[in-house]
Amino acid sequence: MTKFTFTGGIHPFEGKNLSKDKPIEVMEAGDELVFPLVQHIGAPAKPLVKKGDEVLRGQKIAEAGGFVSACVYSSVSGVVKTIEPRRTVTGDMVESIIITNDHEDRTVEFTGIEDYENAPREDIIKAIQEAGIVGMGGAGFPTHVKLSPKDPDSIDYCIANCAECEPYLTSDYRRMMEEPEKVVEGLRIIVSLFENAHGILAVEDNKPDCIELLRKLTKGDNRISVKALKTKYPQGAERQLIFATTGRKVNSGMLPADVGCIVNNVDTVTAVYNAVAEGIPLMERIITVTGDAVKDPKNIKVPVGVSYAEVLERAGGFNCEPEKIVCGGPMMGFAMFDLERPTTKTSTALLAFKHDDVSAAEPGPCIRCGRCIDVCPGRVMPNKLADYAEHFNREGFVEYGGMECCECGCCSFICPAKRPLTQEIKSMRKMELAARKAKK
Amino acid sequence: MADTENIKAKMKVSSNPHVRSVMTTRNIMICVIIALLPAFGFGIYNFGIRALLVVGVSVVSCVVSEILFCLICRKKITVGDMSAVVTGLLLGLNLPVSMPVWMTVLGSFFAIVVVKMVFGGLGQNFMNPALGGRAFLVISFPTAMTNFITDAYTGATPLAAIKAGESVDVMSMVIGKTGGTIGETSLICLVIGAAFLLIVGVIDLRVPASYILSFMIFAIAFGGHGFDPAFIAAQLAGGGLMLGAFFMATDYVTRPTTSFGQIVYGIFLGVMTGIFRFFGPNAEGVSFAILLGNLLTPLIERLTRPTAFGYTRKEFRKGGAK
Repeated sequence: MTKFTFTGGIHPFEGKNLSKDKPIEVMEAGDELVFPLVQHIGAPAKPLVKKGDEVLRGQKIAEAGGFVSACVYSSVSGVVKTIEPRRTVTGDMVESIIITNDHEDRTVEFTGIEDYENAPREDIIKAIQEAGIVGMGGAGFPTHVKLSPKDPDSIDYCIANCAECEPYLTSDYRRMMEEPEKVVEGLRIIVSLFENAHGILAVEDNKPDCIELLRKLTKGDNRISVKALKTKYPQGAERQLIFATTGRKVNSGMLPADVGCIVNNVDTVTAVYNAVAEGIPLMERIITVTGDAVKDPKNIKVPVGVSYAEVLERAGGFNCEPEKIVCGGPMMGFAMFDLERPTTKTSTALLAFKHDDVSAAEPGPCIRCGRCIDVCPGRVMPNKLADYAEHFNREGFVEYGGMECCECGCCSFICPAKRPLTQEIKSMRKMELAARKAKK
Repeated sequence: MADTENIKAKMKVSSNPHVRSVMTTRNIMICVIIALLPAFGFGIYNFGIRALLVVGVSVVSCVVSEILFCLICRKKITVGDMSAVVTGLLLGLNLPVSMPVWMTVLGSFFAIVVVKMVFGGLGQNFMNPALGGRAFLVISFPTAMTNFITDAYTGATPLAAIKAGESVDVMSMVIGKTGGTIGETSLICLVIGAAFLLIVGVIDLRVPASYILSFMIFAIAFGGHGFDPAFIAAQLAGGGLMLGAFFMATDYVTRPTTSFGQIVYGIFLGVMTGIFRFFGPNAEGVSFAILLGNLLTPLIERLTRPTAFGYTRKEFRKGGAK
């Protein structure tokens, strides 16, 4: 059988065995939880509570600040301690609601849409919007916006991104192994929103048990199929995933909907099920805590808002002094210097490594080996782009397709001279985007 | 969280990705050195211990030239990347065994300082340093550079013999029991080295295959012997073709980095080698073909740059998405 894949890409050390077979554990929240008002792409949410207010678990504490925005729910019951700026994993100071947990777990009563299979489209999207669901793979784009394309009839494929191509991460895998019904049902709900759509569960072939399980569950369903993808990073990048599963190509100037596709992460799909069928808002997520410096790597279901330090403690803490801590996957995650940061809707993992490859490697001059060009999934020339970026040559950068970069990190990974190619290109892209915005 | 406080100060922070492949510039150079050892060993066996002297002098003077240049220019000493050793080895293997020591030293100096370091060091040279050094020696000392007469081999090199209309023994050319430069004679040893580089992923087949194939076709069409297997085999095994195709045309710095560009470059080299060999006054043509190709590399690279994902070629050339 031909495997579905794309051109370029790399095969980093997978490291999934550390936490792959650890069942999801549920974690209790600590005494204080932090809910940043920006956990998504778009306008910041507006607080609905004030200092001293009592809140329940599952209570909406901030409402969306616009259409492209998402509301925030409390994952514990307790009292609002204060509303103040707190630092998030990316290093930004973000206005946050701080809640003192009373450990009583008084919960709001959730009611889903009973007959969701026959409910009107608007009701379902409304439910998803109300639940504060955003893309949980990391980007955090509000899901209800994604599900409201200009022309719903033009959508041919709704793809559930079950690739989990980032090394070390196993949270999606555990989700699919333990709650496959919810994943499939969530995708059914999304597919039902689009008359002509076909659902695809796209799984990398390093998870054969998953593929088999999902195939069994979707047997007889002619609107959903499971596709096995070749294991390669970044197979789960949106543009690469669309190409691998449908053969359609999306560039930086297009949205997936332009080629009739909508891609949602497997966690997001599950959240859609929870929101629509059970009325549960997004206030929990699965985080993989792993790496060679973690005592007991595992997958933990955490209440959003707890700090990474607490999550780490749940995994036994460090077994040695780590050199590097990363929030997210090793390819696209953020390095952290402090664990006292809140987890958010988009937190996928906490990694701790004994050795840091990056600081150990001394960048040298480009030897023009061309490896970065061979592996670039965006089919651009990272070596040239990084040169242009170093010289702030905007015209050259754009001419050579710098804006097509998806910042996947393949070029930096493969570079034998250990040049920080992705970083250079990333900074230049930000500058170019800012300049374009300023022009408008 | 006492230990978190403690750790905070030592934590390393960097932009993504946080993992890196094990392949480094130094490892690549070491792989190339290993791949050249069979040919080098055979050169010593074939030409005697003086081959070791010539190559040894070439390697040492390349490394010393680079150190001296760095010291004089007050730059960080860069010999740790091992590229000077590769240049020295390649240059040495491209010299006849009778090469006087002082000429070898001069050639190495030219290769490292004039061709590589003054342009900015590794990655900045516009032509292959070893071949640049060799070209310098060929022009400066033509007699010494073409003196292939040794105790063991008193006749012409196989290619010169073919050019003169004599017949050659292809089998001994494959093994390498012929006259020539130190490292070029043994087809078997060169292919073993090349296979190693292909397996470890240091080189790929795009340049060597397009080079050798296009040369073969050129030889059949214009070689003057038509499709004569013995002639073709002798042309492939003789001279510096194999050494050039697998070890010098594949030099990262001076070949195009785009995959299509590499094929164009290989074909260009094949055609130029054919022109030099069949229509020029000399029997040899590999090194000048590669040097010419080096000069065209920036142009080839520009013309063959890849089309970004999600565009047609035309759209992308017009500037892609705004």
